[in-house]
Amino acid sequence: MTEPREEMEFDVVIVGAGPAGLSAAIRLKQISPDLSVLIVEKGAEVGSHVISGAVIDPSGLDALVPDWRERETPIKTAVTDDRFLWLTEKSAFPLPGFIMPPLMSNHGNYIVSLANVCKWLATEAEALGVDIYPGFAGAELLIEDGKVVGVATGDMGIEKSGEPGPNFARGMALKGKYVLLAEGVRGSLTKRAIAEFGLAKESDFQKYGIGFKEIWQVTDANHKPGLVQHTLGWPLQDSVGGGSYIYHLEDNQVAIGFVVHLNYKNPYLSPFDEFQRLKTHPAIKGTFEGAKRLSYGARAISEGGYQSIPQLAFPGGALVGDAAGFVNLPRIKGSHNAVLSGIVTAEHVAAALAAGRSGDTLADLDAALRAGPIGKDLHKVRNVKPLLSRFGTLLGMGLAGFDMWCNTLLGASLFGTLRHGKPDYATLEPAAQHQPIDYPKRDGVLTFDRLSSVFISGTNHEENQPPHLHVADLALQKSSELDIFAGPSTRYCPAGVYEWVDGSYVINAQNCVHCKTCDIKDPNQNIDWVPPEGGGGPNYINM
Amino acid sequence: MKILVPVKRVVDANVKIRVKPDGSGVDTANVKMSMNPFDENALEEALRLREAGTATEVVIVTVGSEKSAETLRAGLAMGADRAIHVKTEAPRIEPLAVAKVLKAVIASEAPDLVILGKQAIDDDNNQTGQMLSALLGWPQATFASKIVIGAGTIDVTREVDGGHETLRLALPALVTADLRLNEPRYASLPNIMKAKKKPLDETSPETLGVDIAPRLTVLKTTEPAGRTAGIIVASAEELAAKLKQAGVL
Ligand SMILES: Cc1cc2nc3c(=O)[nH]c(=O)nc-3n(C[C@H](O)[C@H](O)[C@H](O)COP(=O)(O)OP(=O)(O)OC[C@H]3O[C@@H](n4cnc5c(N)ncnc54)[C@H](O)[C@@H]3O)c2cc1C
Ligand code: SF4
Repeated sequence: MTEPREEMEFDVVIVGAGPAGLSAAIRLKQISPDLSVLIVEKGAEVGSHVISGAVIDPSGLDALVPDWRERETPIKTAVTDDRFLWLTEKSAFPLPGFIMPPLMSNHGNYIVSLANVCKWLATEAEALGVDIYPGFAGAELLIEDGKVVGVATGDMGIEKSGEPGPNFARGMALKGKYVLLAEGVRGSLTKRAIAEFGLAKESDFQKYGIGFKEIWQVTDANHKPGLVQHTLGWPLQDSVGGGSYIYHLEDNQVAIGFVVHLNYKNPYLSPFDEFQRLKTHPAIKGTFEGAKRLSYGARAISEGGYQSIPQLAFPGGALVGDAAGFVNLPRIKGSHNAVLSGIVTAEHVAAALAAGRSGDTLADLDAALRAGPIGKDLHKVRNVKPLLSRFGTLLGMGLAGFDMWCNTLLGASLFGTLRHGKPDYATLEPAAQHQPIDYPKRDGVLTFDRLSSVFISGTNHEENQPPHLHVADLALQKSSELDIFAGPSTRYCPAGVYEWVDGSYVINAQNCVHCKTCDIKDPNQNIDWVPPEGGGGPNYINM
Repeated sequence: MKILVPVKRVVDANVKIRVKPDGSGVDTANVKMSMNPFDENALEEALRLREAGTATEVVIVTVGSEKSAETLRAGLAMGADRAIHVKTEAPRIEPLAVAKVLKAVIASEAPDLVILGKQAIDDDNNQTGQMLSALLGWPQATFASKIVIGAGTIDVTREVDGGHETLRLALPALVTADLRLNEPRYASLPNIMKAKKKPLDETSPETLGVDIAPRLTVLKTTEPAGRTAGIIVASAEELAAKLKQAGVL
C-alpha cells in the first residue's frame, strides 16, 4: 500500500464528471484541441451519482454548445406550466405571481434528467478527445512545494482489515499542470483543499440542505408533461426551511422531491419521513394514484449562495461548480452555474497554459466569476437564505420576495448583505429541549421505508472493504451524538446507514448513497466521508 | 496455446431490472451495462493460464452493437491481448446465432481452447457453449470450477450434485466457466489506459456469412410478482394455524 504509484501526466486533471467538470473539459478542448484533459469520476458510469430536480436554465448550455437545440440530446420537455403552492395540512393555496420577481419564472427552462444530460455531455467531451474514467475516485490531493500537482486514485482491493487482498491494485498518480475540483456539493478533496489553502477564510461558511428525489411512472391521466410545481409550508413547521418540487418529464415520468434545510434544530426531525409524508397531501397524492415508484435518491445541496463562495483559485488548480456552491436557492437551480463556472475556469486555465504557466494560482478567476453571470445570478438572491433562517418560512419568504424585487428593480437591497447565522452542524439543540416526532406509518404504496428505497437506488459497495465513513472519536459519538442529541444520524441519513444498537454505533456503509449529509450535519463534525473503492455507491438511472 | 474467450455485454448485476411498461422487453435505456460475470471468470482463467506460461495468447470476441466495444475494452483492460467485434445492431441475437458466428470466428482464429461463461445473466439461456461445441464437434466440459492443462489435454473439474466430477478432454476443447472458477481481477486505471491502444478488429455476421435472424418469438416479458408482506406471529400455535390455513401443513 506504500508501493510507488504508476504516474501519468496531463495538462489538466478534473475530478468529477458532473455538469461542472464536463463543461470545463469541453471548453478546454474547444479552445485548445491539443490539450490533454482527463476526468476521473467515482460513479460506475458518468451520471450514476448525479441527482438533481431538474429544471434547467439553458443559459449554461447556450454558452457551451450553442447549437444544442439542433442536436440529439436528452433535453426534450420545455416547461409549459409553472405553479407555486403554500400548503397547510389539508389545503393548498396558490401563491400569486406578483410576490415573485421575474427571475423566479421557469419560462424558457427545460425539465430533464441531469444525469442523462451529463451522459450526453460526456459523449461530446469524448468526441473532442477528453479522457473520462468512471469508476475511479480522486482519493488524495497530491501536494508538492505548497501547490497541488495532481490527484491519486484510490487503491482497489483492500480488505476490511485494511490489508491488501489478492486483487489489490495500487491507485494511480494523475499529475496535471492544473487540477480542477468539480466534485459537487461537499467534495471530499475540496474539503481538503479548502482547509489546506484557507480558501474559506474570507467567506461566510457554506450552508446546505438535503434534497430527496423519487421518479414515478404515472398514469396517462395524471401526466402533464411540462408542468412544474413547487410547494412551501406543510409538512414542515414554519421554523424548518424547505419545500417540494414536482416536475413532469416525458414518457409518463414524474420527479417528486423535497429539500430540507440542514440548519434545523430538532434532532428528532427526519427529513426522509417529512418527504414521505409530503406525498400524502391531498393536493399531491392524486398524481401518484395507480403510479409506480421507479427510483429513489438523495444528495446534499449547497444553499450558502453569494456570501459563501470561497476563494476558487488555489496554487495548481481551482474549485468548479457546486464544489464552491453556486446554487441559486430560491430558484433551486445550480446546474446552469455549474456549466458557466466550468466555462470561465477553463478559459482562465487555457490562457495560463497558452502563456506557458503551470501550477500557479489563477489570479483573475475569482474576480471574473463574481463579475460574470454567476455572480449576478447569486447576488440578487443573496438575502433569501438568511431571511428564511431568521424569520421562518412564511414571513421569511415574504421578505425574500420583497428583497428580490428590490434587487431586481433597484439593483440594491434594504438589508445590504445579510450573514448566515451558524454552520449547519452547530444548529442542533439537545434532544431534551424537543419532543420526538411521531411520523405516520408508511403504506408501501405511496410512502416507503429507507431500506426499500435504497434498494431501488441500485446502491452497492464492494463488501470486503474498510468503511468509507470515518468516525474520528467513537466515545464522543456515544456521549454526545447519542446521549445528548438522541442519535440524529439515524434520522438524517437518507439511506439508513447509521444505527444505534444497544449503545453501539453500527455503520452500514454499503448502503451509503453519497449524499454527504453526515459529513455536514454531525453535531461534532465527527464523521468524515471519504470515497469508497471506485465504482461503489448508487447506480442512479435517469436521475 | 491460444485461448478464445467470447464475452457478452449485459445489464450490470447491481441494476434493478425494470420491464418496459408495454411488456415488450427489459428497459435498457440509460442502464449500466457490464461484462457478463461468468465471462469475467472465463477471461480471468484464460489470463491466469497465459501468466502461468501455458497459454500464449488470449483473444476475446463479442457479437453485438456498437456499444459492445466497451465490453471488449474492459476485457482488454483486464489483460486480453486483442479483441474481435462482430458488429450487428440486431436487437435480439439468439444463442444458436451466436454459436454460428463464433464457429466462423474459430475457423479463422484456430484457438486450442475456447472458454465461455456458463450462461449470460440477462437471458439465462445456458446454451451458447453447448451449441458451439456441437457445431464444432469439439469435446466440452460445462460449469467448470477448476481447469488443469496437460499435454494435449485438459482436466476440468465441474460441480455436480453431491460432489465434484473431473473430466479429461482432448484439445481443442470447449469449457464453460462457473463463478467458483476464480475471482476476476480489477482492471486498474493504468491498464484501462493502455487498453485503448490494444488491437480491436471489427467484422460482421454478413462478412462471416452467418444468418443471425431470430427463430423464436418473444410473446411477453413480465416482472416477477412481488412478495406479499410477512406477518409476525405471537406463538407456535398461531404459526401452526396459519400454516394449516395456507395449506402447508
Ligand atoms: C434534490 C436536488 C434538486 C436539484 N434541482 C435542481 C434543478 O431543478 N435545477 C438545477 O439547475 N439544479 C438543481 N439542483 C442543483 C444541481 O443538481 C447542482 O447544482 C449541480 O448538479 C452541480 O453540478 P456539479 O457538476 O458542480 O456537481 P455534481 O452534479 O454533484 O457532480 C459532481 C460529480 O463529481 C463526482 N465526484 C465527487 N467527488 C469525487 C471524487 N472524489 N472523485 C471522483 N469523482 C467525484 C460525483 O460522483 C459527481 O458525478 C438540485 C440539487 C439537488 C440535490
Ligand atoms: S452515510 Fe452519510 S453520505 Fe452516506 S447516505 Fe448516509 S448521510 Fe449520506
